[in-house]
Amino acid sequence: MTTVALLLVTGIGLGALYFLIAAGLSLIWGLMRVLNFAHGAFFTVAAYAGWALSRNLATGSPGLQWAIAVLIAVAVGGVFAALAEVVLIRPLYARHVGQVLVTVGLALAAIALVQGGFGSDPQRLTLPAWMTGTVSVLGANVPNTRLLVIAVAALVFALLIFFLRRTRFGLIVRAGVENRAMVQALGIDVHRAFTLVFAIGGMAAGLAGMLAGTYYGTIDPGRGTAMLIYAFIVVIIGGLGSVTGSAVAAIVVGVLQQFLNFYGATGVGDFSVVLLLAVVLLVRPGGFSGAST
Amino acid sequence: MSGAAPLLVVGDLNVHIGESHVLQGVSFAVRAGGITGLLGRNGVGKTTTLRGILGLVDRTGSVVLGGEETTRLATHEIVRRGVAYVPEDRDVFAGLTVEENLRLAERAGARHRYDLVYELFPELKQRAAQKAGTLSGGQQQMVALARALLNADNRILLVDEPTKGLAPLVVRHVVDALRRAAEIATILLVEQNLSVAHSLVRDVVVLDQGRVSFTGDVDQLMSDPALARRHLGLAAAGSR
Repeated sequence: MTTVALLLVTGIGLGALYFLIAAGLSLIWGLMRVLNFAHGAFFTVAAYAGWALSRNLATGSPGLQWAIAVLIAVAVGGVFAALAEVVLIRPLYARHVGQVLVTVGLALAAIALVQGGFGSDPQRLTLPAWMTGTVSVLGANVPNTRLLVIAVAALVFALLIFFLRRTRFGLIVRAGVENRAMVQALGIDVHRAFTLVFAIGGMAAGLAGMLAGTYYGTIDPGRGTAMLIYAFIVVIIGGLGSVTGSAVAAIVVGVLQQFLNFYGATGVGDFSVVLLLAVVLLVRPGGFSGAST
Repeated sequence: MSGAAPLLVVGDLNVHIGESHVLQGVSFAVRAGGITGLLGRNGVGKTTTLRGILGLVDRTGSVVLGGEETTRLATHEIVRRGVAYVPEDRDVFAGLTVEENLRLAERAGARHRYDLVYELFPELKQRAAQKAGTLSGGQQQMVALARALLNADNRILLVDEPTKGLAPLVVRHVVDALRRAAEIATILLVEQNLSVAHSLVRDVVVLDQGRVSFTGDVDQLMSDPALARRHLGLAAAGSR
């Protein structure tokens, strides 16, 4: 029971990280039909910016330093993503091959720059003492970082749902996911919504970058790309364009991965996620949310 | 088509879709007030003309609205100058409620005529919280028309086959709504149902194979069986 509880919480924690990356990817695809391979670069660049710009601050408090690093990562992720949309992706709307090439190129270049500046080795984060502790859940000693990641992702989920359901921009995004041309035909500048969605996706990816560093204790240049693969799987399983679908799929994927990696042979958990993707595509091609795209 | 100054002037409009030259120099004018019919057989470019006016397809030529050239403007900028669009497939947002569909159509700075919309389509008020995707075809058409009528500063409504696929009772409802709408805005109407078109429109523009083949008074066209047959096909003659 103890092991099951531990695997469950850590699986949900992993799923929470996947969700933070997948939510932006899903909205970007749903609204703009852009397959954004640069999303992992937003994650990595933002995490390194947060770490590098906050590490020498004389705050006197590791907790405050961590919080500043998170804020920097969120801001850098948002600005980087918005710039990428305006400068690189906007001129290539409706040119899907061009979009794929430019986002792959941006991802490779950004990660190479991070490696050039900070090296390929993981960088250890300084965390406040309370984060390195554990709390007992059903008899299992669960690291506080897992619970923190879950709580933050739940908050982000709630904020995204509020944004989508209660604001005019959210209404525009939901409508744009269904029929972008008709949104324009109602007199709405859909490009502003594109930039906003990219910025929100980048902010969530930046947050995920710092939280992944908190979860694993280190940041490294390759993690964004590695997690992006699972995030893409989550987006497809959850249903393209659906934030709620992504949240459910992220938890399913994270928990499945943790359990099967623990109880099965090495790599079985990772393989099972791909198998799950294949089954979902065969049985319910629109994913959990049933979106037809 | 003389009299009032034209509200909309389309000049030498050309549209290519893939290998097809869909519109081949379409030119016509729509005078302010009343309903102008854009007629023609299937596939002659009527819907593409409306989409070309709105900039929803790449086109060359000129579109002048109220004396202002709009060809270089983005779709949303054209719409903000007082153009509303009711597409052929209604294109309501299925995942949004009726109320959200209407709220999305609200334009900043314009007066929103919810009183008129709910007077014309009281059913929409009762179904405000219902997802538009669960409405019948007729109810979805009401949502599409309501969106177009909502903003008081709309000068012209581009309405594409509003009665297509609807039951006769609903067709009558839509026709009544269009008649009422024509009292407050100019309408450019694409309509395949010629008896509906004849009962509503004053001027007609007929397209044939991507070109304008006739412009003039609807009665002039419909009262001459040979002329109607030549431009609209056999079924057109004598319809009212």
